[in-house]
Amino acid sequence: MSSRVRVWLVTAIGVVLLAGAAGYGIGAWADHRDRASAPSEAQSVTSDVHPAGARVVFRNTASGDGYGLVASVPLSDPSAVRTVTGLACDRVYATADVQSCLHTNRGVVTTFNATVLDSSGRETDSWPLAGVPSRTRISTDSRLVAVTSFVTGESYATVGFATMTTVSRTDGSMDYGNLEDFALSVDGVPITAADRNIWGVTFDDDDNTFFATAASANRTWLVRGDLTARTLIAIRDTAECPSLSPDGARIAYKKRVSSGGAPTWSIAVLDLATGTETILPEERNVDDQVEWLDNDTLLYGLARADEAGDSDVWSVSADGSTGPSVFLSHAWSPSIVR
Amino acid sequence: MYISFSDRNGRGTTPDTFTPGGSKSAAKVSSVVVSLGIVSMLTDISSESVSAILPLYITGVIGLSTVAYGFIDGLYQGISAFVRIAGGWAADRGDQPKWIAFFGYGVSAIARIGLLFASGFGALVSVLAIDRLGKGVRTAPRDALITASSSPENLGRSFGVHRMLDTVGAAVGPLLAFVILFFIPDGYSTIFVVSLACAILGLAILGILVPNTRPRAERAARAAERRPAVRFRWRQLADPRLRRLLLGAGLLGILTIGDGFIYLVLQNRGAFAAAWFPLLYVGTNVAFLLLAIPLGRLGDRFGRGRIFIIGHIALLAAYVCAALPVTGAPVTILCLALLGTFYAATDGILAALASECVPVEARASGIAAAQTVVALARLVASTGFGLLWFTLGREEAMITAAVALAAVIPVVAILLRPVATRQPTR
Repeated sequence: MSSRVRVWLVTAIGVVLLAGAAGYGIGAWADHRDRASAPSEAQSVTSDVHPAGARVVFRNTASGDGYGLVASVPLSDPSAVRTVTGLACDRVYATADVQSCLHTNRGVVTTFNATVLDSSGRETDSWPLAGVPSRTRISTDSRLVAVTSFVTGESYATVGFATMTTVSRTDGSMDYGNLEDFALSVDGVPITAADRNIWGVTFDDDDNTFFATAASANRTWLVRGDLTARTLIAIRDTAECPSLSPDGARIAYKKRVSSGGAPTWSIAVLDLATGTETILPEERNVDDQVEWLDNDTLLYGLARADEAGDSDVWSVSADGSTGPSVFLSHAWSPSIVR
Repeated sequence: MYISFSDRNGRGTTPDTFTPGGSKSAAKVSSVVVSLGIVSMLTDISSESVSAILPLYITGVIGLSTVAYGFIDGLYQGISAFVRIAGGWAADRGDQPKWIAFFGYGVSAIARIGLLFASGFGALVSVLAIDRLGKGVRTAPRDALITASSSPENLGRSFGVHRMLDTVGAAVGPLLAFVILFFIPDGYSTIFVVSLACAILGLAILGILVPNTRPRAERAARAAERRPAVRFRWRQLADPRLRRLLLGAGLLGILTIGDGFIYLVLQNRGAFAAAWFPLLYVGTNVAFLLLAIPLGRLGDRFGRGRIFIIGHIALLAAYVCAALPVTGAPVTILCLALLGTFYAATDGILAALASECVPVEARASGIAAAQTVVALARLVASTGFGLLWFTLGREEAMITAAVALAAVIPVVAILLRPVATRQPTR
């Protein structure tokens, strides 16, 4: 082959490959546009504010109009028509007065941010995140907000897995900063290892105590945190993303049940008074911070295996007496506003 | 040993070469080097477009937090170091660096096909491991090809051109991926298809356009009257200059903390760095690609060992800059520029230095040895620095690393003198 023939051959291959990739991309774009402009899969109405009363606030993942936006349904009837707002969040949590929204700003330069909004959807505070959004929670009295994000970017590969969790007051009067800077101890021994990570906060009712996950050297602990003393004290092994029950008596969390490569988690409930741990009858891999529907029932999201980007919210009884069932389809990141 | 297509086709009087910056006086760069650069650029677009969106893909589509990914990263690094040595040895042993590199690029391209069908975390992790294997295999044979296609007078410049194109790919890949996600929010499969197309095109350019340079056979042909062809032997890696280079690069490597730590220090202190945190590495890459050719040329003129040392002085300056109690956009940008300078002055230069320290028969192995020593030393550095990070605190750990680096740089400068002083005649 002469060099001229070689160059032509490579050019031809290049044209075919790039045209093929571009064709695929245009097809995918047209397909997405059709789906996005189609009427929503779920019956919905649009409104700037959620209807008053007890409700479930969540991220709507029904394909079509309103995908990825924060929506709500009445707590008494989750199958009712959903009210979809204009707020786009990857992760959302709401109380009667405050909403916390973690968001990916897509674009040539993709960034991430956390936003705190009042009940009418007006932004009261916003700050950038170091990576992909993970968890957010607001205390029952709406005064404290916790935000967990991954620390991503190129550093992700060189530093390894890292999260960043911050706690602040929703009125902006106090920022407790990165929980990694709190003093962590396990059985009275301070843990100062480099790979400490803290994630998944749940608040108690006293505006000071909280629970979270601490991790180091492939181990995880359920820790009790103190905002005033700036301490984290391990109270149990192998527990992630805790969630305190409304009556404050139990904590639900995801418990890693596999060893080795790909992690799998089950849901467990710990009775704080007796220290009894119950593993719930959910065989699938749950990677979510569960939410208490009431004192007897847990809610959690599970991605749909057959449809990328779609998920359902499932419920399971907290004592393990009955198995899981779908609570709200095409939904993610549920929170109960009582 | 200067090769370009036109030479091979007898049109040697008008060499078909690439002259960066349009300078006529300096030694030009072989079109083989440019082709290899374009292959690397396409392969980097292919791999970086995927790694940039991986956290989003794992959380958004697979529905998992990214926990397990970090755990296996260390394992990958180990595998990568081992196959790198194997790749260099195979290239020298068979005297076929092109086809060993082709094998490495091919393995990564096959991994891209796997990506289209991988569902679930386990499959994704396996596919990424295969991709890293391919990367480990190809690096040293490719750098040996670059050396074989250059002359001692333009070796630094050749590596500069190659690393510039390579880094263009590393900068374009993530941007391309995010543009696709901007138009198609769930367009991960489109990114995987584009990534596969780029990988195959790179493979085609390597297979069809890059000549199968056989460094040992060519040398033997030229020296046929004087001595018989020499086969690769491990003993050929015993050159004292190579030992000095490995020791020096290793010493500096264990004080080269990951970029991630520097970004974290910056992010912790300034609002500007915090807002742009996920993109700081793009800034480093831009500085790297702008400076790769100028610093490679300076290496050709003033000695590559010197530029290698100057690169580490830039790294030292980046540590100091990150640890300074000053915040704001200019400090962040200066810090990224210094990091980019460090990469531009060391990455390709190291391969060029290593190839000068060994005979032709052991070139790929020599390059692989140097790159592996540096990769392993940096792994030790990241782990060790991580410990300092929490025992001393962020800024204090950074200052400690800076002081240690400042102490080691003069030692290595003396150590590398026999390697560094060999200035090419012009």
